[in-house]
Amino acid sequence: MRSLAPILTVLAAIVALWYAGTVRLNAQWTYDQAARAGVEVTFRELLADTMAQERPVLPAPHQVAQGLWDGVFGQKPSSKRSLVYHGQVTLSATLVGFVIGTLAGILLAVGIVHNRAMDLSVMPWAIASQTIPILAIAPMVIVVLASIGVTGLLPKAVISAYLSFFPVVVGMVKGLRSPDAMQLDLLRTYSASPAATFWKLRLPASMPYLFASLKVSVAASLVGAIVGELPAGASAGLGARLLSGSYYGQTIQIWAALFAAAILAAGLVTVIGVIERGTLRRMGMDR
Amino acid sequence: MSWLWGAVIFWLAAWAFNVWLANRPVARSRAVQLFIPALFGVTLLILWEGIVRGLDVPGVILPAPSAIWATIRASLPVLAGDFVQTILKGALSGYLIGCGAAVLTAIAIDRSPFLQRGLLPIGNFVAALPIVGIAPILVMWFGFDWQSKAAVVVVMVFFPVLVNTVAGLAASERMQRDLMATWGASYWQTLVKLRLPAAMPFIFNGLKIATTLALIGAIVAEFFGSPTRGMGFRISTAVGQLSLDMVWAEIAVAALAGSAFYGVVALIEKGVTFWHPSQRGRT
Repeated sequence: MRSLAPILTVLAAIVALWYAGTVRLNAQWTYDQAARAGVEVTFRELLADTMAQERPVLPAPHQVAQGLWDGVFGQKPSSKRSLVYHGQVTLSATLVGFVIGTLAGILLAVGIVHNRAMDLSVMPWAIASQTIPILAIAPMVIVVLASIGVTGLLPKAVISAYLSFFPVVVGMVKGLRSPDAMQLDLLRTYSASPAATFWKLRLPASMPYLFASLKVSVAASLVGAIVGELPAGASAGLGARLLSGSYYGQTIQIWAALFAAAILAAGLVTVIGVIERGTLRRMGMDR
Repeated sequence: MSWLWGAVIFWLAAWAFNVWLANRPVARSRAVQLFIPALFGVTLLILWEGIVRGLDVPGVILPAPSAIWATIRASLPVLAGDFVQTILKGALSGYLIGCGAAVLTAIAIDRSPFLQRGLLPIGNFVAALPIVGIAPILVMWFGFDWQSKAAVVVVMVFFPVLVNTVAGLAASERMQRDLMATWGASYWQTLVKLRLPAAMPFIFNGLKIATTLALIGAIVAEFFGSPTRGMGFRISTAVGQLSLDMVWAEIAVAALAGSAFYGVVALIEKGVTFWHPSQRGRT
């Protein structure tokens, strides 16, 4: 609560800057229109016009809010103009990819922790792969999967899964290794089998690490799903909305899609945060 | 078929060798720790080659590594041109501007806890958003050439570096700051001699995250419009023509450039933060 006032101040400053930018960037068009019509514009008219252009260079915040409201509540959820419809397409690809990527990542991490050869040979590649701009392969994955007859949700989910995979691997390896030698020795004195050590010590100890990397990877998998919608003329999804908006110069549509994506990302991260807090509290690990 | 079996047998043999090597005391040595992942990478390439040749996978689905290598060698000038356009002009200039602006902003808001409490949650929030989405807007504003790519990169790298720098500036200990105060050091002296050096591990953490983001931003922004060169442009047109060997060649270049970029930043970090525990004892 203490930080609410500063946050609101900064937000207000951003909105004020945005309005100033709107007037400045859109003024050119207003002046051009006025010159063509042969009339002078007063400052008041200039302000009014820059806030309400059809295709502004920078839409005013209230225009974006209007576009977002229209897209979410003004249409039937099944209509092609509805952001709910496009958001739902992107969200389903994100979630499928996120679940696949997370499960695969946890499995690989378990393998790496229990097998020394896998640790030495796979781990350097998992770390190195983080430095590679993986998103560049997105268009190729889409086209290749389409050419062998896989279209729709799955290609996007593959990209999402790939992006969410590595953060989970790296985080889980760290987490599964986090019990210290004393705890491992204790389980040894109990003569616990490797499986029991895994279920009773390593897995519970890794939970904080798992959730930290889940937050990163869910955001990454949303980016993956959006970028996966860019190539090959996908017709549905927030990424397709962005692309068609940029083709036809519909700036309000782009900004509305962008904010819808931002709200979706924030929602997903919040959901993971709530699950994290609940789980850690039940395990007695919350701070 | 013999290609396939040969590759699979080679893979199994190399894996067995790796397992044998990993469970031996020599696995502690530096050379072996480099050799094992290298061998793993080579076996993956050979397995890939063997599967493509053995099963006659068409080149439009998965080209063999040898075919990709041939394409790289045949189209070096094109790849070099794309590299200059995307990495040097787009990603690198945006990276420098964005990281510089982020560090300066962090120093500027350093004296105001009020602004920090306001900006940090927003910065953390924005860092989790799909910022690539602003690419079409910035392409509209700054035109098709590298300036718009640099702008996307600036926005993408700004917040991670800002958040890390602010966290880093808070990293010096109470005792150290008190010591500076007893010496009568001014704010700027404390900043330059104590707090910025103490912040370096955090700043470099942000800078390393930003290297990957910079390349992703520059490449993805080209999907929304670019002059007729650049890695993103080449990838999207080559995919359209189904010449996947070209796509893989670009990806290989991107991977190399990404790793090299990261490596250079990590090297600079090693030189700057030589005093930090994570750098000591690893000569």
